[in-house]
Amino acid sequence: MSTQPIPIPPARPGPMNLQSRGMRINTARRTITNHIVSGLAILATLVVLAPLAAILFYLVYKGASSLNLAFFTHVPAPVGETGGGMANSILGSGVILFVASLMGIPVGIAAGVYLAEFGRGKMLANAMRFTADVLNGVPSIVMGIAIYSLVVMPQKHFSALAGGIVLAIMMIPTVTRTTEEMLSTVPRAIREAALGLGVPKWRTVLSVSLRTASPGIITGCMLAFARVAGETAPLLFTAFGNQFWSFKLNEPIAALPLQIFVYAISPYDEWHRLAWAGSLVLIVLIMVSVTLVRIYANRGVLKGGS
Amino acid sequence: MLVCACSIFAIVAFIFWILVLRSNLSLAEFGWKFFTRSAWDPVAGDFGALPFIFGTLATSLLALLMAVPLALGVAIFVTELCPKVLRAPISFLTELLAAIPSVVYGLWGVFVLVPLMRDVIGPFLSKTLGWTGFFEGPNFGVGLFTASIILSIMILPIISSLTRDIMLAVPNSQREGVLALGATRWEMIRVGVLRNSRIGIVGAIMLGLGRALGETMAVTMVIGNHPNISKSLFAPANTLASVIAGEFSEATGDLYLSALIEIGLALFLVTIVVNAIARLMVWAVTRGAPVGAA
Repeated sequence: MSTQPIPIPPARPGPMNLQSRGMRINTARRTITNHIVSGLAILATLVVLAPLAAILFYLVYKGASSLNLAFFTHVPAPVGETGGGMANSILGSGVILFVASLMGIPVGIAAGVYLAEFGRGKMLANAMRFTADVLNGVPSIVMGIAIYSLVVMPQKHFSALAGGIVLAIMMIPTVTRTTEEMLSTVPRAIREAALGLGVPKWRTVLSVSLRTASPGIITGCMLAFARVAGETAPLLFTAFGNQFWSFKLNEPIAALPLQIFVYAISPYDEWHRLAWAGSLVLIVLIMVSVTLVRIYANRGVLKGGS
Repeated sequence: MLVCACSIFAIVAFIFWILVLRSNLSLAEFGWKFFTRSAWDPVAGDFGALPFIFGTLATSLLALLMAVPLALGVAIFVTELCPKVLRAPISFLTELLAAIPSVVYGLWGVFVLVPLMRDVIGPFLSKTLGWTGFFEGPNFGVGLFTASIILSIMILPIISSLTRDIMLAVPNSQREGVLALGATRWEMIRVGVLRNSRIGIVGAIMLGLGRALGETMAVTMVIGNHPNISKSLFAPANTLASVIAGEFSEATGDLYLSALIEIGLALFLVTIVVNAIARLMVWAVTRGAPVGAA
């Protein structure tokens, strides 16, 4: 966004004062610059929104026609046959996410409660907050190989459990940080009122702080859930994928994002079709939850605290 | 509670420990030279990470080059220029961009962006910019440049939403002060807002970089997965993350596996450092934010 200064023409003899002329040109230049930058900012916004529109358009355009009952009820058809669906992948994703939530959400909430209620201002809490933020930025594939080394290698086989553990670990920082933020919006006075009535601290936290902040905390959990729902990389070497029905935690299991990946890089048109349809389902699920969170957050339930 | 909170430390320590443990073999075999050698020959058991480091750096930096101006533009538009009514919807839409899973970006990249690169954008670039040497050679549609485009779309929302928060944290009196001195709106933004938030903006950019360095699926699907170092941006390449995704499940032999895990270890350490610095920068700016600004 560098701006070319318009060269000031050499002064010509005339009635006009040279300095005021220069100033006038200067003002014109500044105004033009102002307009150019405004234009660029608007242009940038449009350019950024274009891919979003393009991606959504293609998903609906290519995916919608493949969505039918079979997609939600059948397992993948063998190569060369038409038809088949992704029912086992959708179910598998559900199983993995359930396991992940079961492990990740309680730990995350507990950590957030500690940070907000017990660790205020302590060095340890600050360090934790910082570590959680940093952990949030660790690439998911690295998490994947770490859990592969930890769970899959000793067991010598891929498992739904390993997939759940990876996603749980990825949920913890997000849940922790949102829980903490939500708890810190709960007014001090409410806590003091409870403590003033002689309620012990732990009881105050459970029945007053957590309850007041619970809509926000649920929102945070949903955000974390939506975030890991589309994760593929960490599942490559943990859940691994499966072409058939599987419910066992101890066996490889299919997952929607994994299946999309496998289908997308395959050479078969039929599979490409299913990949688009699967992506559409995935994105609708994620967007619905994100939108709900957003609407809910804007309602002021969360803002009302402060 | 304390135990759960400490689990965050434990997780980081644990990941580090297990990665070191499992990459022991390759650490002992190649030492530091691992990161400066360009050989990658699984059959001969000869491994070096240089091509992947090159691929990661090249794609990430190119992505930043494309994403940063756009992200700044969006942030400026949202915080300073656009009508209040549009502010929330535009932020929401850019955040939706962040919610799209990586694999969906990859799918879109493979079937929409790659043909577009191969047939339209690529030939155009090699005709107009071919003399620079960056757009030479056969253009398959997949390669460094395509991966960078996808990456830039993916990191845009992070940079722009953080930059927006940081710019909103600049007190309004600052803006009014500059305007009162007779500045135009752009001068107000430049002097009053951008200058005050530059540390935070650099932090936001680094967070974007952290994401770009570790991004896996979308990159794997469009980069061509070939370990070479080439000046041409059309050439297929490979990144640290994508080589793990592509070869990990096929890795036969302990040394091969351990080399891949060592790449993961390197990625882990680099992203931790980048993220730590970035967080500190963002915190330094937003900590003093007025209540309700963010």
